[in-house]
Amino acid sequence: MILTQQLILGLLVGGLYGLAAAGLSLTFGVLRVLNVAHGELLMLGGYGAFWLFTLWRIDPFVSLLAIGPAMFVLGLLLYWALFQFVVKAHEEVRIKNSLLIGFGLTLVLHNLAIRLWTADERAVTTAYAGAVARIGALAIPLVRLTSLVLAFAILAVLHLFLTRARWGRAIRATAEDWEAATLMGIPVGKTYLLAFALGTALAGIAGGLVSVSYSISPSIGLEWTLKALIVVVLAGLGSLFGCFAGGILLGLAEATSVVFLGGPYREVVGLVLFLVILVVRPQGLFGGRA
Amino acid sequence: MKSLLGGILLAVGFAALPFFTARNDLLNLCVQIFLAIALAQSWNLLGGYAGQINLGHAAFFGLGALATRMLWVGGIPLFLALSAGAAVATAFGVLIGGPAFRLRGAYFAIGTLALAEILRITVGNLMPEISAIPAPALASYNILPRYYLTLTIAVLCVAVVAILVPSRVGLGIRAVREDEAAAEASGVGAFRHKLLALTVSTALVGLTGGAFAYYHVSYYPQHAFSPAWTFDAVLISFIGGVGTIRGPVLGALFYVILKELLAVRLVEFHLLIFGILFILVVLFLPGGLVEAWSRARRLITRKS
Repeated sequence: MILTQQLILGLLVGGLYGLAAAGLSLTFGVLRVLNVAHGELLMLGGYGAFWLFTLWRIDPFVSLLAIGPAMFVLGLLLYWALFQFVVKAHEEVRIKNSLLIGFGLTLVLHNLAIRLWTADERAVTTAYAGAVARIGALAIPLVRLTSLVLAFAILAVLHLFLTRARWGRAIRATAEDWEAATLMGIPVGKTYLLAFALGTALAGIAGGLVSVSYSISPSIGLEWTLKALIVVVLAGLGSLFGCFAGGILLGLAEATSVVFLGGPYREVVGLVLFLVILVVRPQGLFGGRA
Repeated sequence: MKSLLGGILLAVGFAALPFFTARNDLLNLCVQIFLAIALAQSWNLLGGYAGQINLGHAAFFGLGALATRMLWVGGIPLFLALSAGAAVATAFGVLIGGPAFRLRGAYFAIGTLALAEILRITVGNLMPEISAIPAPALASYNILPRYYLTLTIAVLCVAVVAILVPSRVGLGIRAVREDEAAAEASGVGAFRHKLLALTVSTALVGLTGGAFAYYHVSYYPQHAFSPAWTFDAVLISFIGGVGTIRGPVLGALFYVILKELLAVRLVEFHLLIFGILFILVVLFLPGGLVEAWSRARRLITRKS
């Protein structure tokens, strides 16, 4: 019974892991830029939802409509100010330098958030926050269920964009082979810009959802970056639904560990999984296209 | 030659300082500087010279601190406890070196970061209680032995890296950083050289962690595993000048002093500034302060 209940909670949080990972997977897959500040971007989205709710009583699910575009613009600015300088380098240098820049950005955003909003933990507590659906003795928190469904819907829309829309296909072509994409007349620079901004928007939306069901503070960034990295490694690159499935897998693995090892080791399980996969498949991990 | 002289003068100056002042705050600040130098220089050997961005430096610092603290508080003589701390950190480094160096570039970085986080969380769970120096030892607590111990370790770290880097082995280590395949083709075993750099780096930072455990009166064992130690080492190395001997020393002086000046008003404000500086260095000034200095000097000499 406890196991089932934990598994349900793991499944629900897993959807958010998937959404967080999808943004990272997009930027890494397309730009070969490893943005370790992804978790901090998620944190910013969370604060967006928190302040919109606290100051103007805007429902957190509605405020996603503002957070998404706002984070998209932030992504444009970050790419323009920082990451565009990295993508000129060849792949190995590019990944390493983007990692370093992301690391610097992590420090800046983390400390900026402490400065602006203090280090307190915050959460959006709506009137309907405690609502649960009961099946026998099992409780399903409705807000988390809604978040899961929303996460899936967002990924589905993104999938449609990437497969059907002109720009979406340009993104995929660039991810496949940027040189060939250039030869086909795709403006690779703009594609990078778009992919990075989309990745940032996804992080922000995931953050908004996190602030409703869980809590946010300036220091959650590293944890969420690691979660997203774990999922991307689990899922491989190039598939949004793979990320979603990987996220749920991580959520379920954590839930199982909580039952058998106790709560404190929850974070360890994913990290161990991550290291094992990294070491067993050192080259093929992110999708396998070398 | 000039920089050797400068380094010796700096070390002698620091060694003489307690004869001129007994101000505790000043001596404590110097201990911070020495720890920062040792932390960054040990990182620099692997990160700067071998080109392996180790984001798990804190794990080895923490292991050194943990082992030294437990043994020393348990009554083992300090020197033995410190050696044991360094040995534990090194052993762990050698143990993980094999699998870790299967990972290249950024994957090595995130892999080591994950490893350090695993250790941090596990230590925090197993040892949730604060570790304090026992009362009798606390009564006789004196800053001076801490001052000279950390100074010695800082000098040791700089000296070891300075001796190793120009040597044949050091040349191999740098060759691996420039181009692993080319190094292998010229008969330089990449794995062997990376492992050697990791071994020396972890031994030095384990020792540094031990000195921290001897210096700090009370702290949570988990604290010594905090990613902040890694971040400090990376920031200091890059801002000072990564892959140079002088860089981490300059960086540490700059970092700790500026941190102290800013801390008067705001606790973590310095990290905001250093984060921005770090990004600027990575993007526009890969040689850090060392490069800025030599560029400035070239400008001046050209004018005159």
